[in-house]
Amino acid sequence: MSRQSLAKAHQKIQELAWEPQYHEPYMKYGTDYTFRKAQKKDPLKQVLRSYFPMQEEKDHRVYGASDGAIRGNMFRQVQERWLEWQKLFLSIIPLPEISAARSMPMLFHAVPNPELHNGQAIQMIDEVRHSTIQQNLKRLYMNNYIDPAGFNNSLRNFHNDYCGTIGRQFAEGFITGDAITAASIYLTIVAETAFTNTLFVAMPAEAAANGDYLLPTVFHSVQSDESRHISNGYATLLMALSDEDNRQLLERDLRYAWWNNHRVVDAAIGTFIEYGTKDRRKDRESYAEMWRRWIYDDYYRSYLVPLEKYGLVIPHDLIEEAWKQIWEKGYVHEVAQFFATGWLANYWRIDGMTDEDFEWFEYKYPGWYDKYGKWWENYSRLATPNGHNPIIFEDVDYVYPHRCWTCMVPCLVREDMVTDKVDGQWRTYCHEVCHWTDTVAFRPTYQGRETPNMGRLVGKREWETLYHGWNFADVVKDMGMVRDDGNTMTAQPHLNLDPKKMWTLDHMRRCPSFVSPNVVLNEMTDAEREAFAADYVRQGPAGRPAPANA
Amino acid sequence: MTTTERPERSVPKPVFTDAEAGAREFPDSDAKARRFNYFTPAKRKQSHYEDVTVEVQPDPRHYLAQGWIYGFANGETGYPLHWTKLKAWGVDKPEPVRGVGTGGLPKDFTWPAHGWHEFRDPNEEWEMTLYRYNANVVRQLNQNIENARNAKAFGQWTRNWVQFVERNVGAWMHVEHVLGLYVFAACNRSGPTNMHNTAMAVNSAHKIRFAQDLALYNLTLTEELDGFDGTAHLDAWNNDPVWQGVRKVAEALTAVQDDWGESVFAANVVFEPLLGELFRSNLVMQSAAGNGDFVTPTVMGAGEYDYAQRDLRWTIACFAPLTQDREFADHNKQLMQGWLAHWVPQCIEAARTLQPIWSQPDAKPPRFEDSLDRAKNRFAGILSDLHLETPKELSQ
Repeated sequence: MSRQSLAKAHQKIQELAWEPQYHEPYMKYGTDYTFRKAQKKDPLKQVLRSYFPMQEEKDHRVYGASDGAIRGNMFRQVQERWLEWQKLFLSIIPLPEISAARSMPMLFHAVPNPELHNGQAIQMIDEVRHSTIQQNLKRLYMNNYIDPAGFNNSLRNFHNDYCGTIGRQFAEGFITGDAITAASIYLTIVAETAFTNTLFVAMPAEAAANGDYLLPTVFHSVQSDESRHISNGYATLLMALSDEDNRQLLERDLRYAWWNNHRVVDAAIGTFIEYGTKDRRKDRESYAEMWRRWIYDDYYRSYLVPLEKYGLVIPHDLIEEAWKQIWEKGYVHEVAQFFATGWLANYWRIDGMTDEDFEWFEYKYPGWYDKYGKWWENYSRLATPNGHNPIIFEDVDYVYPHRCWTCMVPCLVREDMVTDKVDGQWRTYCHEVCHWTDTVAFRPTYQGRETPNMGRLVGKREWETLYHGWNFADVVKDMGMVRDDGNTMTAQPHLNLDPKKMWTLDHMRRCPSFVSPNVVLNEMTDAEREAFAADYVRQGPAGRPAPANA
Repeated sequence: MTTTERPERSVPKPVFTDAEAGAREFPDSDAKARRFNYFTPAKRKQSHYEDVTVEVQPDPRHYLAQGWIYGFANGETGYPLHWTKLKAWGVDKPEPVRGVGTGGLPKDFTWPAHGWHEFRDPNEEWEMTLYRYNANVVRQLNQNIENARNAKAFGQWTRNWVQFVERNVGAWMHVEHVLGLYVFAACNRSGPTNMHNTAMAVNSAHKIRFAQDLALYNLTLTEELDGFDGTAHLDAWNNDPVWQGVRKVAEALTAVQDDWGESVFAANVVFEPLLGELFRSNLVMQSAAGNGDFVTPTVMGAGEYDYAQRDLRWTIACFAPLTQDREFADHNKQLMQGWLAHWVPQCIEAARTLQPIWSQPDAKPPRFEDSLDRAKNRFAGILSDLHLETPKELSQ
């Protein structure tokens, strides 16, 4: 179909736009936003007659490459360090994708512009593509990579592990609560427009550098759809901006969505890119450099800032703060260290950092070794069972952190931790913005205005609560993270597959009981809690206890 | 001529890691460990479709240890099972309560926790099948229409048939569009499992594609046929009394109150055979050839195949087990019979309102009553597959 005829075809399908005459559709999903029928055009200009063959062709390329990878024995060259982290990433990502498909009908209800619904429907189909093509990639890894453990129990682990729960915000956040907050601002304006750059562009580059060219094949194909979704979000945003009453909500939602995406995506993707790679060329970009390019320059300066002239209040302070967290406060390093501290609650293997890694980190992040080097040396020292316990139970100058009630990533930049009694429970937050999200944004009123459609933060948000007082052998068994001999753990703090070097449930049995920090916090007296908070914010970096003499 | 040496490029160096399946022996290195182990397949061996679909959407009755973490303002979370009044075995069993020291897995855990998880789309649709199927359809349609255009086939149409196609075939695009977007796509947020919601999304894609197929066919005819009014379909859909019955029911399908089960049932079990196939198969495709038109049936036929061979198939697989459910068969049967009593009269009334268009073509199609009888027989057959009684309202 020629370009001219495609434009004509798109014009023609606008005649399908439906104005109800006898029955109004059931409005299941509410929003506190209001929309005038501003005549925004469908930005996708996509017609299914050309869309399906185009996507099929993209599929052919993906599946052709998959066959090629197997025939060419790609797995003889993939870095195990990289593929292990894919056990986490590919357990998470199919749910956000399919949730994005589910979120599109929420927009049909909330955005009264039939022309935009065409683009949203195509996004729905795209997202079904993404979810299943990514599940398929994981299936391929499981079948062909040396260690299938962690891939084979992937979705069970994703559903019951704290890492999965953190990732789940990047899915449930799209489909629950106020329809515009969820499906438009959180999903398309922030997650897709800003953070898919690091997810689907920066990360595949790192995969290729680690011998895995299938991840780039699949995810670049996915990203070529994302650019269309970004247009959907932009059109909805402009419609929202045309109504003065929405600006207060837009400001709230941009702050929440930006900060939550930063907390969740930077934690995960930052760790994969910095700690999941063996490519230590000094001229390859660090996550911080990628972030500066893809998110700060491309998203913030080129996309968000120009929207100021339409009245959008940009959270400049939070963008600078997110950068500060990554560059000055070591957010990604703190997260990676935490993942490794708690390796025994994971479903993938994490190997220690080597001298070559140290050198790269020091080059990219001057001062890194002084903060984190010693701990990683301890990590390698304690990697194989030799009469000691896993590092979490050993004295390595690391205080197990409290978890943020909102983003559920632990409060790792200790100085930022906030404590508050909310809804009758003492909670810890990793930052004042996460505190604000729970106590101000996700509430039925906002700055004196009724927000009856705003969602709620619910669930057992501290994973450790469930296993308070348990022995870790039972925790691991309950979570199903045991290999087929019934004793060897799926997770390991090294990449050695010699069964004699692998940790088992027997090793866990001799460890002390596991304790939930939040349960303990709620058992404290007021004085104890104040002392705890005062001590906590003096801890770190790298989880070090507070200095005794301060 | 001199050559300039370029500085060495910085590229990652390939490293032989031997991280291939089977390279070493250790716990879980066995071939048996290379399968997703968190669900029970419907048949002996798990299918590719199951691998990419099952359990992607979590369930607190399975492994979702920390529960859903975002809620709606009214307290609902995730994919509530009461978003339809239909019930599958096990749904009345309360969700496991988790808290301090409970662990994550319910004490009496078995997979699946309830009957909804037994549903498998017999079409086994996932992205690969979705694109292959629909790309084939649009390619074939393009070729059919292109061939007709080259053969000047549209010129053989009688004036009355031209009007019939511009108004009536044109009006049908709106029905497909409304159902595709505002029934099937709308419901893909509501189903209890990923298998249900994916099937609804695929059904929606069929309908939206078919609506666009009809719109673009209409555009071709506007360009090819002198006097073909490409906007007549709007007048028919908006104003023609014969079409208002169909429109009323199609719109009513979008207005079902908070029950994805009723929406899908009413659309695919009642509306489609009694109105969709009545119009597409028993009128348009029967009368086109006699009026010199061999193209329109191929366009209509593609949509008909979507419904008859794929969309109806998953619908039967979804609803039939519910009428035989080991716990809620009576409840579901009663509910579905109630839905039949509600929707069948509306569809029959709409069919009768549409009757005048049977006399519009010069070469007459089968009699309306014969067409309707055929549609009713087909409908009765579907009900029999679903183990439901034919409602008395069908005799209207």
